[in-house]
Amino acid sequence: MDSWDRTALALQLVALDPAGLGGAIIRMRESPARNAVLSCLQNTKKMPPTMTDDQLYGGLDISATLSSGHVVTSKGFLHDRPTVLLTMSERCPTDLAAKLSMALDDGCIKGLFALDEGADPDETCPPALADRLAFQIKPEGRMPQNWAPKTTGDPAGNKASIGAEQIRLIATLAARLGIESLRAPLLAVAAARANAILNARDKVNDDDVEIAASLVYPHRATQIPEDAQDTAPLPPEEAQQREDEGTSESTDAEIPQGDLLIEAIKALLPPDLLARLAQSPKGGKSSSAGAGGMRKGNRRGRPIPPRQGRLDGRSRIDLVSTLRSAAPWQPLRRRKRPEHDSLLIEPSDIRLKRFVEQSDRLLIFVVDASGSAAVSRLNEAKGAIELLLGQAYASRDHVALISFRGDGAELLLPPTRSLVQTKKRLAALPGGGGTPLASGLRDAGLLAQQAKSKGLTPTIILLTDGRANVALDGTPDRPKAAADAQSMARQLRHDGVEALVIDMGRRPEQSLAKLGEVLGAPYLALPRADAKKLTQTVSAALAH
Amino acid sequence: MKPFPFSAIVGQDDMKTAMILTAIDPRIGGVLVFGDRGTGKSTAVRALAGLLPPIEAVEGCPINAARPEECPDWADTHSGKVRKRPTPVIDLPLGATEDRVVGALDIERALTRGEKAFEPGLLARANRGYLYIDEVNLLEDHIVDLLLDVAQSGENVVEREGLSIRHAARFVLVGSGNPEEGELRPQLLDRFGLSVEVRSPQNIADRIEVIRRRDAFEQDSDTFCKKYRRKDAAIRKKIVAAHEALPEIEANDTILSDCAELCIALGSDGLRGELTLLKAARALAAYQGDATITREHLRSVAPIALSHRLRRDPLDEAGSGARVMRSVESVLA
Repeated sequence: MDSWDRTALALQLVALDPAGLGGAIIRMRESPARNAVLSCLQNTKKMPPTMTDDQLYGGLDISATLSSGHVVTSKGFLHDRPTVLLTMSERCPTDLAAKLSMALDDGCIKGLFALDEGADPDETCPPALADRLAFQIKPEGRMPQNWAPKTTGDPAGNKASIGAEQIRLIATLAARLGIESLRAPLLAVAAARANAILNARDKVNDDDVEIAASLVYPHRATQIPEDAQDTAPLPPEEAQQREDEGTSESTDAEIPQGDLLIEAIKALLPPDLLARLAQSPKGGKSSSAGAGGMRKGNRRGRPIPPRQGRLDGRSRIDLVSTLRSAAPWQPLRRRKRPEHDSLLIEPSDIRLKRFVEQSDRLLIFVVDASGSAAVSRLNEAKGAIELLLGQAYASRDHVALISFRGDGAELLLPPTRSLVQTKKRLAALPGGGGTPLASGLRDAGLLAQQAKSKGLTPTIILLTDGRANVALDGTPDRPKAAADAQSMARQLRHDGVEALVIDMGRRPEQSLAKLGEVLGAPYLALPRADAKKLTQTVSAALAH
Repeated sequence: MKPFPFSAIVGQDDMKTAMILTAIDPRIGGVLVFGDRGTGKSTAVRALAGLLPPIEAVEGCPINAARPEECPDWADTHSGKVRKRPTPVIDLPLGATEDRVVGALDIERALTRGEKAFEPGLLARANRGYLYIDEVNLLEDHIVDLLLDVAQSGENVVEREGLSIRHAARFVLVGSGNPEEGELRPQLLDRFGLSVEVRSPQNIADRIEVIRRRDAFEQDSDTFCKKYRRKDAAIRKKIVAAHEALPEIEANDTILSDCAELCIALGSDGLRGELTLLKAARALAAYQGDATITREHLRSVAPIALSHRLRRDPLDEAGSGARVMRSVESVLA
């Protein structure tokens, strides 16, 4: 079965049981092939990811209400239980995703197809939504000629029963593929039933289970099942470890019949699964493209729904929605004050404009000025920072500078946009002493927190040679220093601070690459690079 | 669709305990359920609605008042009869506007009859019951502010459009969310009495059982619910009995000092930690039919009552739940 057959089957199954399966993610770019896939979907209603609550849930229809004298509510997008076609779902904000998920759970949506045009692997449909949709449709290669699956519903309302053993198999498979969410096996059960109905059977058999698992599981898998050493080249000791686990698993002999299925699914696992896992360990932060994070304000940016408020001189009035909210009350108010014949507006009608914008970015340079770094590359690092500063100035970024050496870290320059000051402080940066990496990270973390509360989006750029040898409490203790640095990095990751690790040692330092992993940050080793090269790499890594 | 029966939920004991405790003593103040997708957060809350014992309320009263004289004067409750009704469990949808939450002028009556009348919002309907917010961490800030204010005072004050109305709004906040999608503001975090972290069951047998039950429920919910009706009723009976026994449960001085010591050891801010810990322990003692609170009770409720009140410690790799347990072991040794 090739990917186009699988696509056809997925579409057929969803048509049979939209409520049980939720729908599908269609990860394709705009193309004739995608149009062919979309033409198989019947009666869908298009929804852009920018839809507001008013449009979604409906609200008071002001003009109809006023002209009729009765309350007329406009119907929301969801009023007739549509099958939704969410366009550009990779740009769907989390709150809309949450509302759609709720609507799916409550049965206000018959089914949902999320078009996903993401180019990068981390540009995807929001996970809350993806969890509820059974299939991912991602056909590869050329579309076969005359590809036109029959997607008709099931008017007869047939039902298929499923045996306990098959449920066991479905749940076990999910566990072995490292799928945490229990929605996945439930969706697989529904898919197996649908497939049985499709083949006019009233009992689910093992083929149905296999097809269901191969359609629902591969894109959700977070681990390659234990006996997978042959397909994935692992480092020797890890492979050994896996082998051990694998044998212990099979001696348990818990699921002998599942192995064949595992093999079938393994062939369908995305080829970059291992690479993806290495990049984003569990609990990874949500990706945010662009420079800064989102921030609500009342001055500029993209408009979002207005809210009630008082005019305090800092915010702007949304005239249209103010008039809209005042309109229904006019008869009531006129009765109270008959002497006025103009529009009567009260403070409670005032609606304020709100906008959401990308916030400014703050680059926090954390520079290792210890003896070992000073010997190697401190000057080059300084030069690189100066070049970066020029770019930061051009993109209106804020800059802060922290250096660490001896027994602690020091904030050399609080967040500023002043280029001159930064350069001066940087030039005066002395070198020498131990490497209190953990202190540097801690101070950077504190500064990042402060900056966040002021509405900046901090990014930490760590330049070091990585040989931490001073612990948080200032004692020279190498293992403790390394452990402290790790836990500070974990904390930064937890706070969701973006970071970048630059190794300025003479040779790439293994522990720094690991630190970068803990931080969830890109790691750049720069043996023998000059300032210019460093800058190029950094700006490339930051631009992403 | 019918809610999934509470007693049919597999595992998730912390979550179930927390919900039962707030049902026994609503003053504990709410439950926060945080966890990954597909762990059964929403299912449990909706199941709770089916489990709660009914309350007595005046017929047609918008705030579910217990006695006719407590009905607000803006509501026209004609009958004045007191009837049994299920405990309200009100959903606060993410897209809810301020008007819908606190209530506003009744637009229909203003338009057609030119009358000024108050149309109560979700807070009124949730009085004496539960207010459930799914994805609580994604709630708009200004709605959160409103909720904080009302949850603290137990009273909803509406001053708008020439209306000046206040009514009782005492409810148990139940929130659920996925921490990956956004943090919860610490002010709101503190407002929840108990917090639970849930994850999918880790052993395969449990997972299979979850799938089996859920599938059976979806195929034929009536038969399935009938099967668990008796178990649900048993829990409900225990909750009612425990609620009545609550004032009788004693807490001696050693327990009080244990509570205080525990909170000091953990460095939780304010005194809400101690108070919640004590209330939760008392509710647990009542549920288990004990006459006095023992250290054993403290030990079981400490993680859910305290873990969300700690300052974050970057040097600790384990979760805050483990930190609470460590302190419990050392203080209650």
